[in-house]
Amino acid sequence: MNAALTIAGKDVRQRLRDRSAILMALVLPLALAFLFNLLFGSAAAPRPFRYAVVDLDRGPIAQAFRTDVLDPLQRDGVVELRAATSAQEGERLADSGAVDAVFVLPAGFSAAAQSDRPASLEVIGSVDAPTGTDVARSIAGSYAADLTSVRLAVTAALGDGHDGEVPAQQLATLAARAVAAERPVAVQDVSAAAKLLDSATFFPASMAVFFLFFSVQLGVASLLDERSDGTLRRLLAAPVPASAVLVGKLLTSVIIGVVSTTVLVVASAVLMGAHWGNPAGVGLLVVAGVLAATGVTALVASLAGNAEQAGSWGAVVAVLLGLLGGVFVPVAQVGGVVATMSLVTPHAWFLRGLGELQGGAGPQSVLPAAGAMLAFAVVTFGVAMLRLRKVLRP
Amino acid sequence: MTASRTIAPAEATSSAGTAALSCRQLRKSFGDLVAVDDLSLRIADGETYGLLGPNGAGKTTAISMVAGVLEPDEGEIVVAGEPMTVRAVQTKRHIGYVPQELAVYPDLSARENLRFFARLYGMSRSEGRDRTEEVLATIGLQERAAELVGKYSGGMKRRLNIGIGLLHRPRLLILDEPTVGVDPQSRNAILQGGEALSAEGMAVLYTTHYMEEAERLCDRIGVVDLGRLIVEGTVRELTALVGESDQVHLTATGDLDAAARAVRDLPGVRQVTVRADGIEIIDADARSGLTRLLSTVTAAGAGIRSVSVDEPDLEAVFLHLTGKSLRE
Repeated sequence: MNAALTIAGKDVRQRLRDRSAILMALVLPLALAFLFNLLFGSAAAPRPFRYAVVDLDRGPIAQAFRTDVLDPLQRDGVVELRAATSAQEGERLADSGAVDAVFVLPAGFSAAAQSDRPASLEVIGSVDAPTGTDVARSIAGSYAADLTSVRLAVTAALGDGHDGEVPAQQLATLAARAVAAERPVAVQDVSAAAKLLDSATFFPASMAVFFLFFSVQLGVASLLDERSDGTLRRLLAAPVPASAVLVGKLLTSVIIGVVSTTVLVVASAVLMGAHWGNPAGVGLLVVAGVLAATGVTALVASLAGNAEQAGSWGAVVAVLLGLLGGVFVPVAQVGGVVATMSLVTPHAWFLRGLGELQGGAGPQSVLPAAGAMLAFAVVTFGVAMLRLRKVLRP
Repeated sequence: MTASRTIAPAEATSSAGTAALSCRQLRKSFGDLVAVDDLSLRIADGETYGLLGPNGAGKTTAISMVAGVLEPDEGEIVVAGEPMTVRAVQTKRHIGYVPQELAVYPDLSARENLRFFARLYGMSRSEGRDRTEEVLATIGLQERAAELVGKYSGGMKRRLNIGIGLLHRPRLLILDEPTVGVDPQSRNAILQGGEALSAEGMAVLYTTHYMEEAERLCDRIGVVDLGRLIVEGTVRELTALVGESDQVHLTATGDLDAAARAVRDLPGVRQVTVRADGIEIIDADARSGLTRLLSTVTAAGAGIRSVSVDEPDLEAVFLHLTGKSLRE
């Protein structure tokens, strides 16, 4: 192991003197992450939907829509609300893009809802904000469905056979009980929103894992350099096992990968406000990702005839895996075959693991992602080792 | 198949009775090409053994096996009494290997190169530091030891290449064509260094296709051709194979083949070889028969441009044994 460490120490020293290596491992990923975040960060970051509310009714059901439905969403940062005095003003706001949609509660809305007459809740959408309009329609539709269920509950409580007038007091009590009752079915979204990386984290993370596949090449591929330069013969004539030379080269890749990714994690957190999540979980993902990248690179190097070929092939593999793994476009959200295929890349698992941490989970949450990357490393290392033994024969 | 000849075999054992190197019936093939065939040799401590042969003769393959870099197909190698294989980590400590390529790291300084290999050969940090400074002094690079090797001249890199081989005071130093591409001054320094090592008692296995180097440095020489050791002995013993013959180099034009046929019939002529630019003749006494030889060549239709006569040397030996020049 001493010999492997000595060789790795020498290699790391050589790489540190190579400015292109520092450029590839640190400067480029950080600069691109910064640039992407600047260009696409605002588009990628979820912003609250902006709605206006026109309350021409001012009755209890209209008030409930505001206080029980919209205000909680505003407190959660999902929507931004403003009041408008008329449907015309609301329409102007939507047309000008000042709001995404307008809720119009017409006069008589509460009275109609409390009787057998139909009540209508209007939604005026902005043509420039189709998503915001869809969400507004969903909110209005959901509230209408709630009102319907309350009406059904009250009707059921009064019984089918009742006839004549029901005292207003009794009706109000029944309605209040129906509204306050626990909902029989509650749907919770624990996936997408909680596990979506914000742009300040996504871009550094995706660039870190993308460039990792380039930076680790600096270790393994140097074995081919040593062979062409003649220094490999000298290493093989030294009193160290040939396996130590190989381990030294792989160790160099791992050291470069772990150090450069760690620097990127810290730098992006400090400079760009990236939220990586639980440090132990991030550490686990980084190590697993570096091992997977080193395995892939070792496999490519074992198939190449020389260092130049290994570099070219490695770049092609890195770009293809990066594209499929979602470092440029989050293909996991595209769904379908592409999303399934992305799981054959360490990149997708790395980003997926970080997504788990984004929701505030502990290091155990990244075990599936880390396990997938380690499996990737074991398979690629295994094949690479069998082939790289030939490289050690001059 | 030609059996190799050993002339007056040297006492190839140390005082303790163990040779620095003993190879027996080495054979190595690459596909259909037999690179080394039935090679056997012994080198005693303090002895400098030259492996002489043209490019492609199998010298580098042979020493790669001796250095434990390449596994022989057949045969046995013993270094300092221990068997050598590619996995013989302990045995490799006895060998200092200087490859033909400049096997140094250009993006490290000379001092860093030496310290790296010192660690690889198992020296402690302090021992490595001390030994590095000693070797830097020996190879004359002390003043530029902190500079990156990439900035060195070819000769300086060659000296460092050799210095790395000397670092751990090996019992056997293998120098593979150490003067290829080196300026005359550096070449002389390398040869002087080789002589000094021999004087210190280090066994040296030296491959070259420069006969002058072999003649100057080596106690014994093995001549290799087509992977086989065709003869070995001291310079005196080898040149005696050619007898007291002289080597006549004729630079000529015209019908060289006819001239060669005519010369071959002359008394005293032992061998005639036609080359692109003339004829080489081994003659028992060229000085007394030179006039007759030149007139025969001219009469056969060749025009002579220059003539030189050399005393017998290794080039003549090689020509005598193989019918071709060392530099072919």
